[in-house]
Amino acid sequence: MKGRNLLPILLFLVLLLPALHSSLRGPGLRVATTTSLYDTGLLEELARAYREGGGGRVAFFPVGTGQAFLQARRGEADLLLVHAPAQEVEFVREGWGENRSVVACNFFVLVGPPGDPAGVENLPPLLALRRIAEAGGEGRARWVSRGDLSGTHLKENELWREAGYDPEDLRREGWYLETGAGMGQTLLVASEKGAYTLSDLGTLLTYLGRGLVNLRVLVRGGRELLNVYSAIPVNPERVRGVDGKGAGRFLEFLLSEEGQRVVGEFGVERYGEPLFLPAAEILRENSDPQLASWIREVALLEG
Amino acid sequence: MLDIVLRSLWISGTATLLATAWGLPLALLLGLREFRGRRALLSLFHTLMGLPTVTLGLLLFLLLSSRGPLGPLHLLYTPSAMILGQALLVTPIVVTFLCEALERVDPSLRDLARTLGASERQASLAVLGEARRGAVLAVLASFNRAVSELGVAMMLGGNLHGYTRVMTTAIALETARGEVLLSLQLAAVLLALVFTLNLAVNLLGRR
Repeated sequence: MKGRNLLPILLFLVLLLPALHSSLRGPGLRVATTTSLYDTGLLEELARAYREGGGGRVAFFPVGTGQAFLQARRGEADLLLVHAPAQEVEFVREGWGENRSVVACNFFVLVGPPGDPAGVENLPPLLALRRIAEAGGEGRARWVSRGDLSGTHLKENELWREAGYDPEDLRREGWYLETGAGMGQTLLVASEKGAYTLSDLGTLLTYLGRGLVNLRVLVRGGRELLNVYSAIPVNPERVRGVDGKGAGRFLEFLLSEEGQRVVGEFGVERYGEPLFLPAAEILRENSDPQLASWIREVALLEG
Repeated sequence: MLDIVLRSLWISGTATLLATAWGLPLALLLGLREFRGRRALLSLFHTLMGLPTVTLGLLLFLLLSSRGPLGPLHLLYTPSAMILGQALLVTPIVVTFLCEALERVDPSLRDLARTLGASERQASLAVLGEARRGAVLAVLASFNRAVSELGVAMMLGGNLHGYTRVMTTAIALETARGEVLLSLQLAAVLLALVFTLNLAVNLLGRR
């Protein structure tokens, strides 16, 4: 009787072994990153190319930028891939990160309902925001904010401030909604509510491509909307248990010709246009001086 | 923070009431009548008690999204969608717990009521009156599940500030934003609420 009961348990344990093994081996290099970067699939593609080139395994934690910094300080990440220049500078200055390298960039886009009730198509970004606020006050338009302290949300707040509005005051307006969720969910809400929002290009094209949202790109391009992603290896001398060597190797790959090629070609096949620009290469070779100088300005590289 | 707690209470409370409203007749039917397939239905409800919240969330999301069959109602990302979702989520709990309570009542009570001239309906109500402790337990357990679930609230409510943000979605968000203190405060309120209710359920169940 006893033996009969034991057999299934033993069998179960044997079946569990592979799972146990892989969880003991650890996740590989731990990269804390933003949802907007992760949701496009670029990071998985980079990790695959890295592994095929003989690099190790890489695990990504797609969290808001705010949490990515926290996670790094707690020693739960080896490398950060984020897009919040002011916070990045702070992070490095306080000694948590070793250095900062620009890896990729693209442009945020202002999207809205196809009917464009506020009439913002092709306006300069700040003017477009003012129009949306006016139309919102008259009940003709809505805005959906990320509200999650992510890099996109910080950009959004910066733009509203430059347009002459305080985001804290806007939160009390009936036309200003706040999802507190990732980019994808925010696009779904904007589509559902017929609202305007700021999106990174990658997530938007992904969602448009899958036919999930009914939105139109209304404003794109320009320095104000430039979105720069940087990599910061966490300082192993400051935070215990950090894999400094692994982070350095993966960063080297990201900045290499091969890594930049993956960045620059990602999405072309599927969406007809690249989702990201190989910013490291653009800076290195100064192939587009105008864009290179924008990148330096936006990423706060001199200063 | 108070508004988030209150919103949680009214959304999950309304959902529980709704589930009770349609669960009660179902439970009376399943608990007191004999018919073919009754056992199968009972075990179906029993199984559905374990329905993952994200699965239900996904199904309703597809139904309610603007491209779904119920899209024209514009329910997605509103409190109504959350109430509907949570009500459906806890219906199996209401029905199962109520049925069990009704079945525990001595069957002779109903016969007695009928011999005393009560109609079928009055007799059922008499049984329900006798099973009231179990009924309260069913409602409390349902509310408990509704107020502490995240999947439906997040997927159907969208966690909109001041509109569909409830305790569970706020906790998830504030943690993601790195605002751990607020998360902890909300988590403490939620825990206190759920523990109190569970204690009540336990005390009621034991007597």
